[in-house]
Amino acid sequence: MNLLWLQAAGCGGCTMSLLCAEAPDLFSLMEGAGIELLWHPSISLETGGEVRALLDRIESGAQTLDILCIEGAIARGPRGTGRFQMLAGTGRSMLDWVRSLAPRAGHVVAVGTCAAYGGMTAAGGNPSDAVGLQYDGALPGGILGEGFRARLGLPVVNVAGCPTHPDWVSETLMMLAAGDFGPEAMDALGRPLFYARNLVHHGCPKNEFYEYKASAEALSEIGCMMEHLGCIGTQAVGDCNIRPWNGTGSCTRGGYPCINCTAPEFEDPGHAFTATPKIAGIPVGLPTDMPKAWFMALASLSKAATPARIAKNAHADRIVAPPTLRPPRGRA
Amino acid sequence: MSRLVVGPFNRVEGDLEVHLDVENGRVRSAEVSSPLYRGFEAMLIGRDPMDALTIAPRICGICSISQSAAAAQALAAAGGVQPAPQGALIAALIQAVENVCDHLTHFNLFFMPDFTRPCYAGRGWHRRALDRFTPAEGGAQRAALRARAELMHILGLLAGKWPHTLAIQPGGVTRAPDERDRTRIRATLRAFRDYLETTLFGAPVEEFIALATPADLMRWSRGDAGLFLEIAADLDLDTLGRGAGRYLSFGAYPLDGGPVFAPGLWQDGGLAPLDTAAIAEDLSHSWMLGPTAHPFAGDTRPDEAMREGAYSWCKAPRLNGQPAEVGALARQVIDGHPLAVALAGGGVLARVAGRLLELARTQIALERMAGAIRPAERFMIRTPPVREGQGAGLVAAARGALGHWVRIEGDVIASYQIIAPTTWNFSPRDAAGVPGPLEAALVGTPVAEGEETPIAVQHIVRSFDPCMVCTVH
Repeated sequence: MNLLWLQAAGCGGCTMSLLCAEAPDLFSLMEGAGIELLWHPSISLETGGEVRALLDRIESGAQTLDILCIEGAIARGPRGTGRFQMLAGTGRSMLDWVRSLAPRAGHVVAVGTCAAYGGMTAAGGNPSDAVGLQYDGALPGGILGEGFRARLGLPVVNVAGCPTHPDWVSETLMMLAAGDFGPEAMDALGRPLFYARNLVHHGCPKNEFYEYKASAEALSEIGCMMEHLGCIGTQAVGDCNIRPWNGTGSCTRGGYPCINCTAPEFEDPGHAFTATPKIAGIPVGLPTDMPKAWFMALASLSKAATPARIAKNAHADRIVAPPTLRPPRGRA
Repeated sequence: MSRLVVGPFNRVEGDLEVHLDVENGRVRSAEVSSPLYRGFEAMLIGRDPMDALTIAPRICGICSISQSAAAAQALAAAGGVQPAPQGALIAALIQAVENVCDHLTHFNLFFMPDFTRPCYAGRGWHRRALDRFTPAEGGAQRAALRARAELMHILGLLAGKWPHTLAIQPGGVTRAPDERDRTRIRATLRAFRDYLETTLFGAPVEEFIALATPADLMRWSRGDAGLFLEIAADLDLDTLGRGAGRYLSFGAYPLDGGPVFAPGLWQDGGLAPLDTAAIAEDLSHSWMLGPTAHPFAGDTRPDEAMREGAYSWCKAPRLNGQPAEVGALARQVIDGHPLAVALAGGGVLARVAGRLLELARTQIALERMAGAIRPAERFMIRTPPVREGQGAGLVAAARGALGHWVRIEGDVIASYQIIAPTTWNFSPRDAAGVPGPLEAALVGTPVAEGEETPIAVQHIVRSFDPCMVCTVH
């Protein structure tokens, strides 16, 4: 399986994150999966004319393309020309190149939320008129259109995340290379289910605080960040707290809220990222699959039942009240 | 005279196109173009000031933490607050880890592979360059990837993840490390030192730091650094792509006892006072509209017509009306390291050696910072929301001086301007026709007959370690 990787309008952070793959390292992983890099902008030797020749060969059909990875959103501006991002040396926009190359690829993978849905590049009025490959925010379409299918029949695989976890990308590629990835492996937004069937909430070390709605009121307090600090880990897909980042990390483990970076339009939540919008003091945007009345009833009950240890810790910047030790039973 | 268009230019972060006028086998003049515009400064306007901490890091996936640090410092300055000292220490530590990783990535993945090219077959060192730096296969590349990933465990621990953390705040950092974290950080740093001393330098980092003259440097034969120096001597990389010797640094890692590396301006062979009020961005050759302005007064309005005569989305920052080179070499010269001072004004060799020197010195600084963590103290103070005010965040990204200038009015961001390191280094010409540092450094570069993408040009461009996604943002 060969792979061509192009960086569109993004920050390059998904590649940088991918280079953090461990046990084994990225190069060993790719080699082991039989994935040969035709070209990657951060890794390959070839530059300038050598790359233009490769792109020409793919375009003419002389070179088969198995997997096309696009990282970054596609800038359509100004005025639909795509000239906010020209693929250097080619005199053509990235918009033009991706439209031309995608139908020739066996699989097309959108690496990161920008490539999938527009992502941060589309934030704040979207100055570059950026969209994803097959989505414009949550709306199907993008530059390739809702009906697009790559040569081997799949729509764009949206490995969303800002950035993507290195394993999300490498495992998707390995499954594609092994022929183990079909339409049933994706959720309704085209994301691989192997990480999108979990919520960021799963495995979050703040779960005990969540159970009692023992909430942090300001960043650096270790309580649950849902009620006041904008955390939407109970709604955001991702196995971030099951399979941590950079060894042992995750956003909530780092003491800051999950901002739902695997979802379309996370970049413009309509409120400050680290503040929970409320109506009459009640957070809007409760867990999606729980009846609101039940949630409210359980929340007020559990708040009332909060053990002193948990209430105390929630407002501290570290555990100040360790678990209560019970004297061992038996052995009288 | 012939004209060459070089691109796509890879093993640089982001998009770059270089136009060369070549005459008699030499570059007569160069134009450097940043062909991507996203408009981050415009995105920030009208938003809650704290949103800058989420959005600004996403300008760049390789200097993400530097963008965080600059945003947090700009917001702190606008609000007139100081972070908790231990919070500032952790912020500095995680930023230093990112910078070290960037230097490592640059040397092993971006810069050195060019010496594996067939045009160098037959050189005494070519076989070893192939063994060490063939993309995705070379031993040095794989070792660097592993060392980098393991060092970044410190970021998993303290910053949640890399890139794009929200851990750095105006009041400090969101997570208070405990005694176990401190122990783990020290262990990770010891392992990284082992990597540096067995692989990159092949000797204690202190020995590399003790090099005081270019002659001492060129005698260094150990590790992958030694291989680079052997190649540099053979190809005379010292004279290739020399700079004007005018360096700018905002200093690095502000701690209780002062910054780890001093800020300043270096010109005419000596230090000069740095007046950041004398910074202005010229738009004469950029596809941007508006007058030349200091970033507090600046604006980002793209020229959608992409007018003739302009050739880049990059603005042209000038200090006292003149360009300046930024980067590890600039920082080390301004900090007064004798080897760096002796290399001032140099070309490819000086920039790469400056980076290796900074890598070694930062390892020591990291160990000192880790030793200074006091888990019992506070790592963040609560800061009130900033309703009005302006402030600048001036930091050291791996590639050089990074500045954020924010103005807040009526609870929201009224203006946000960013000058990234590569905005300085890869700036287009200004109204006086003065080229940017890379454009100037490329003049005189040899171009062999038939070369489409001249190898010497590639060495020079990559010696700056450009980050193009930051450049225009």
